[in-house]
Formats: sequence, structure tokens, C-alpha cells
Amino acid sequence: MNIHDQWLAATGERVLQARAEKRKLSIRGSGSKGFYGNVVDADTLDVAEYAGVVDYQPRELTLTARAGTRLEVIEALLAKNNQMLPFEPPHFGADATLGGCVSTGLSGPRRPYAGAVRDAVLGTKVLDGRAQVLRFGGQVIKNVAGYDVSRLMVGAMGTLGVLLEVSVKVLPCPESECTLMLEMPADRAVEIMNLWAASPVPLSATAWRAGHLYVRLSGTESAVQAAMQKIGGAKIPDGPAFWQALREQTMPDLAMRPLWRLSMPTAAKAFTALGQPVIEWGGGVRWYGTDMPADTLRALAKQAGGHVTLFRSHQPITQAFTPLPEPLAALHQRIRLALDPHGVFDTGRM
Amino acid sequence: MSALPADFLEKLRRLLPQDGLLTAPEDLAPYECDALSAYRRRPPAVALPRTEEEISAILNLCRMHNVPVVARGHGTGLSGGALPIEGALLLTLARLNRILMIDPLARTARVQPGVRNLAISQAAAPYGLYYAPDPSSQIACSIGGNVAENSGGLHCLKYGLTVHNILEVRAITIDGDIITLGSRAFDAPGYDLLALITGSEGMLAVIVEITVRLLPKPERAQVLLAAFDSIANAGVAVGQIIAAGIIPAAMEMMDKLSIQAAEDYVHAGYPVGAEALLLVEVDGVNEEVSDGLRVVYEVVKACGATEVRTALDEAERTRFWAGRKAAFPAIGRISPDYYCMDGTIPRGRLPEVLVRIAELSEEYGLPVANVFHAGDGNLHPLILYDANKPGELEKTEEMGGKILETCIAVGGTITGEHGVGVEKLNQMCVQFSSAELEVFHALKAAFDPPGLLNPGKAVPSLHRCAELGAMHVHHGQLPHPELPRF
Repeated sequence: MNIHDQWLAATGERVLQARAEKRKLSIRGSGSKGFYGNVVDADTLDVAEYAGVVDYQPRELTLTARAGTRLEVIEALLAKNNQMLPFEPPHFGADATLGGCVSTGLSGPRRPYAGAVRDAVLGTKVLDGRAQVLRFGGQVIKNVAGYDVSRLMVGAMGTLGVLLEVSVKVLPCPESECTLMLEMPADRAVEIMNLWAASPVPLSATAWRAGHLYVRLSGTESAVQAAMQKIGGAKIPDGPAFWQALREQTMPDLAMRPLWRLSMPTAAKAFTALGQPVIEWGGGVRWYGTDMPADTLRALAKQAGGHVTLFRSHQPITQAFTPLPEPLAALHQRIRLALDPHGVFDTGRM
Repeated sequence: MSALPADFLEKLRRLLPQDGLLTAPEDLAPYECDALSAYRRRPPAVALPRTEEEISAILNLCRMHNVPVVARGHGTGLSGGALPIEGALLLTLARLNRILMIDPLARTARVQPGVRNLAISQAAAPYGLYYAPDPSSQIACSIGGNVAENSGGLHCLKYGLTVHNILEVRAITIDGDIITLGSRAFDAPGYDLLALITGSEGMLAVIVEITVRLLPKPERAQVLLAAFDSIANAGVAVGQIIAAGIIPAAMEMMDKLSIQAAEDYVHAGYPVGAEALLLVEVDGVNEEVSDGLRVVYEVVKACGATEVRTALDEAERTRFWAGRKAAFPAIGRISPDYYCMDGTIPRGRLPEVLVRIAELSEEYGLPVANVFHAGDGNLHPLILYDANKPGELEKTEEMGGKILETCIAVGGTITGEHGVGVEKLNQMCVQFSSAELEVFHALKAAFDPPGLLNPGKAVPSLHRCAELGAMHVHHGQLPHPELPRF
């Protein structure tokens, strides 16, 4: 038995023991996203040891890795072959793992133009609440055999089982990239992000902060040059640093607590009454630091067709996500029981 | 067909307008099958609702009388997903056929399930937008059916399947509840039930409204045709194009028999002597397309292409594609019947899979034409047979099953875009373990506790798998990997 099989066997035992003792398990990679979701009272199940790239086929555009594999390792391996994770995931810590990335379902600046984590996930290997090892999906791009349990696992915050392995679609890195900055108010920026997205411009990220719209163009050298002419504005010297600071939330604009994430239809109006937002994803996500009550924010977002997450706070978070209406909440409960009938992973993290 | 309870039918009749319920044999005949016409069954009754309220009421009634329901769009499915079930009501959503809203700024369209796939792109065209997934039946197939099957098309490598191109679905459960899955934003709170219902083959809930994402039409799209004197060389070229950093909008391969049949049928100008033909479409902004085509040209030349042509204008581009798009009917002209398979494989395994298919073809004495979505690894072998010859359909199905098992053995899947339906239930036993199939059954029960929505489709019972004694081949890991299988 190799170390991975040993780990798997021991973890299976751990799940069965938790089930027998009616204890709950909270799954942890490196803990880089431990701030995200509701606080939980459960035993920690560490998966960081279950690491390593299982298979990487650059020509198939697919990579399979164990959940504990560090994102940095994966990204470095891809970079050697001039490829990348299309969803540009935030790490929020040097040791961030693939499992944590997929379980939280958080994507980065490229998301509106290249898809989210869930769009790139092709297959998963999962340890369920009965300690069974199950595989769903696969390593091919087109696959409609069986329900899409792989994508169900994305963003489930570890409440459906332990992710063991994930297969993702990867993409070639663009030949050229450049970031432009244009001065304009928030509502105009939202409109313009939407207008550009409706025209053939090679966008790969958009954001607005402190009176400026930032646009990243990606593609062949000639395509980026042509789009620069079309869009105008000033080229900023260190584009990658800007997008990294936005993705990793290290820019001062995102240091406010509590920090709320409003996920909105891209063309929804900018809520300037809530204060100065940071807007990204073509208008689809707006970050606000405000003390306004959660209910007020939820009502506001709902009215515009979106939802709100309390992303970071100095206080323990007990209700991070927008509560689900009935009958959807009851359906979620039944779905959870389908994968974890004894509630081993029912930590209430989401 | 077994009859439905008289009191159920009476109540159903009162729920619907006069033209909303069909029970006369001559009216029921068109609903006997979907596009997998080898399987047929006369439904006992067909309901044709026009509103969500009617659908809710129908589902409530079915639940109270314990009558199963088969939902149907426009009946173009290729795996029998909409095949009537003994004693089940057929619920057709064809009359919910309105485009409710197009929002050009947000690039979304809100549509009813009976809207045709192509009609969405046509309605979006004045805004320079389109709906990307383009199954070959797009002039006829319904968007509701597309969601139920997670339909693909020619452009999946770059633009994804249905699941990547929809934002929100409204559906009605067997309890008559209306649920909203996904949202008009990029994500929604809770589990990703939008992904779960996409491709669920009408077994979880009845889809009544869909919000799709629209994309800007590419500034330019150009197609390159390359002929090869061996399939293996063409297969290498596919890998090399990807390795060169190009993501083609579409990349299609045809083998000799398909090329010949298509050329005879539509005169696309294909090089008929070639063993393999590769069609590569590059799209994007003008400069990007010029650069991309140059790279593709160099790659296919280096891989031994015997002839390379680029479509000079839109007319030639359309002609190049016309041959590929007519491949199935073209095969239909040279054989009384054909049976279309839908496995997906890792692209790099193509040569060995084609060798295996050729062996099976010889063993069974049935010719095979291969059409391959080379970009995403989705293989459509067409088995040529004659249904009028006794036993030939059964022989064909058996051979098809072996092709699918080959796909699983190389790390692929039994269905890339057509769905399992009734057709590939046995192969599901090979692809999934009992524990995995049990999870599927449990998920169905979570949505549909009485098990009335399209029961028996898509996921085989454990009993069936046990009877079949199928060997569960897991992602290429055969029980005895040391034994040669092919």
C-alpha cells in the first residue's frame, strides 16, 4: 500500500468513526479560506497530505490532481507548458490547495470571460459519508453520463463529502496581455463593461475602483494591439500586480470589514448609496465595506436579481450566505442526505 | 400501451383546454418515439399545456394518481430520453414556445422550453449576439430538451456545452412547486443545482423557463481543410494544434467512408481519395484569426497533410461545413439504416480506438463510418446496418455496446452529448459502480420522492446491472489490466 492508499484507508476509518460517534468533520486543506462561510463546531479533517498531480496531459488540456495539491504547484507545472487554470483562482494564502479552491468554488478576475471553477471541473473522486470512494465525470470535456455530481461538489464547502481528486480543463496562456486604465464614474463603468462584453473585444478581466476602470486584454499580440486602439485609456505599467492585488484582496480598498460580496446581474445599476464599491467581473461582483444590516443588503440585491455574501468580518460569521427560500431549502437538505445520510459533513458551513 | 385510469384522464381533461389533451390513436402516433426511432411505444395520452399553471396542475394530478410522466420537447433526442413509458403520461412542452425577453446589454435571453435552439440565435442576431451551443439538430431541437440533455454541438472545445451557457432555470417539481436554479448573476447561494438539472434527462423536475447567456458574434471565422493519407497523422495534427496554443472554434475529423458519402451527397469539394479529413475553424478578432490560421497551416503541413485549403469566402466556408453537417444523412443514402454512437475519448487515444472499431466492424460484418468532434474527443461512429434483415439491429446494438466499452477502457465516457436515455443503460453499469449508481438514484429521490418523472431512464437499476453481469471498467482500470483486451 502506498502512502496515498494508506491515507485514504485511514481517512475512511475516520469517517466511519465520526459516523459512529455522531461527530461532524470539517474538511481543511491549508486553511487559507478558513475565514469563508459560517463558523463551524466540528472536528478537523486535514487533507493537505493527500497531494500530488496524478495526471497532466497538455495536449488533452486536462489535469488531474489530489485535493491536497497546492495551487502554486499546479500553476507552476502548467506554466512550464505555457498553460493555465482558466478561472484564475484566488489563493488567499501561500499553501492554498486545489481541494479548497474547488470546495469554495471561488474564481478570479478571468471568470466572466473564461468561466468559473465549476465550468472547468470535468470529474471528481469523492469520499462520501459512508466512506465509499466514488468517481463522477471524468477527464474528457464532453461527458453526459449520469448526473453532474462533480459540479455539485464545487462550492459545496465540504458539506457533501471529501474531495479526493479533481480533473480540470486547462487552457493555453495568451500570447500577450495588457491592462488599460480609464477615468470614469462607477455607473458609466458598469455600462461600458457590458457594452464591450457584447462586442468582439478580447477582454480577460475588468474592474472599477476609486474612479477608474481597469481593463485587461488577452490574446495574440496583434489582437491585443488592435483592441488597445479601440478602447483607448492609459496602459498601466504593472498590470499583473493590479489583478493579483484584486484577486488576493490585498488592495487597501478591500481591507474594510465587514466586507460584503454582492453578486449581481452584470448590467445592474451601481448602488452608490452603499458607499464606494470595488466592482469586478464585468459588473457581476461588487464589494462593499458597510455596516448596513444584512437584511437591507439582501433585499437590495434580491430586487436587482442577485444575492449577498458576508465575505469577511472581524466577528465570527454565523450567516455568510443568503438564506434559501422554501422549497429549495428542503431540497438542499434531501440532496445532502443523498450523499451523506448520517450527517458526518453537515457542519453548517454554508 | 396500457391505459391510464379513467378518473385521472377525466380530471386531466378538465384541467386542459379541448386541444390540450390527445388520446386518439392517430393523434398519438407522432409521439411514439424521439429521433432514436429504433425504439417505439405508443403513449396512452399526450398533454400539451400552454402555461406553468397547467403544468403544475398536471404534475399534482399525476402525483395524486401515481401516474408517471415523460417530458418531451421537440422529440429530436438521440437516446430515447423522450420515449414513452408504459402507463405514463407524455407531457410535451412544445406549446411553451415564446422568447420572453432579450436583454442586449446584459447579453441574456429568457425563453420558454419549447423555443427552438436556432430561434434564439436568430432573435439575438440584430444585437450582434448568438447562443453558442449548436447541436446538429438546432433548426428543430428545443432549448428545454437541450438543457435536459446538456446538448453540445460543433463548438464545445471553445464555447462549452449547454451547462456552460445557461444562467437560470425555472422548473416545476413533481410536488407542483416552482423552483429557480442558478440566477441571473454569475452564481447563486446553495449547491449548484443548475449543473445538476442540466443533463438530468427529465428525471428531476420539468423545466419551464431558461435564461441563456448570449455571446457576441466573432468578428471573423475562417475554416481550413486538411487532407491526410492516414488517420494517425490527422490524429497527431489535432494534438499538435492544441500544443501550439490554438483553441479552434471547431475541429472535426472524418474518415474515408464519411468523406466519400458526404462528397457524393453535397459536393463540398472534399478530396475523396483521402483517408482522413480535418476541418479546423478559427474565430475571434480579425488579427487573431489571421495569426491562428497561419499556425494551423504550418502544423498540419508538418504533420504530413497531403492537401490544405482555406475557405476564401463565406460561401466556401459554408460549403466546407455543409459536407460535415450532412455526414449523417449522407450515410443514410448509402445504407438502409445506421446507428449513431456517441462515446468520448481522450483525443490522444483516437488511433487505437479506431483500430478497435475497425476490428469490431470486421468481426460483426457491419461497416462503420467515423465522424469525430476531434476538438473535444467526442466520437460518432455510425454503424451501417439493415433493420429489415432479421437480427441485424440486435447485432448492431451489441457491437455499439462494445464500442462504448472501448471508450470507457481508454478513460472516456459512453456519451458525450446524446445522453443515456434508454439506449445506453447497460453501458452505465460498466462505467459506474453500484455505489455511484445508488447516489444517482438517491439524488433522483431527493427531487422526485415518488419516482414519477421519466422513471427507468438514464440510470439503470442495480438489479439490471447484476443481471447483465457487466464488468465495471473504471476509468481505464480493468479488473485484470495485464490481460490484453484488444
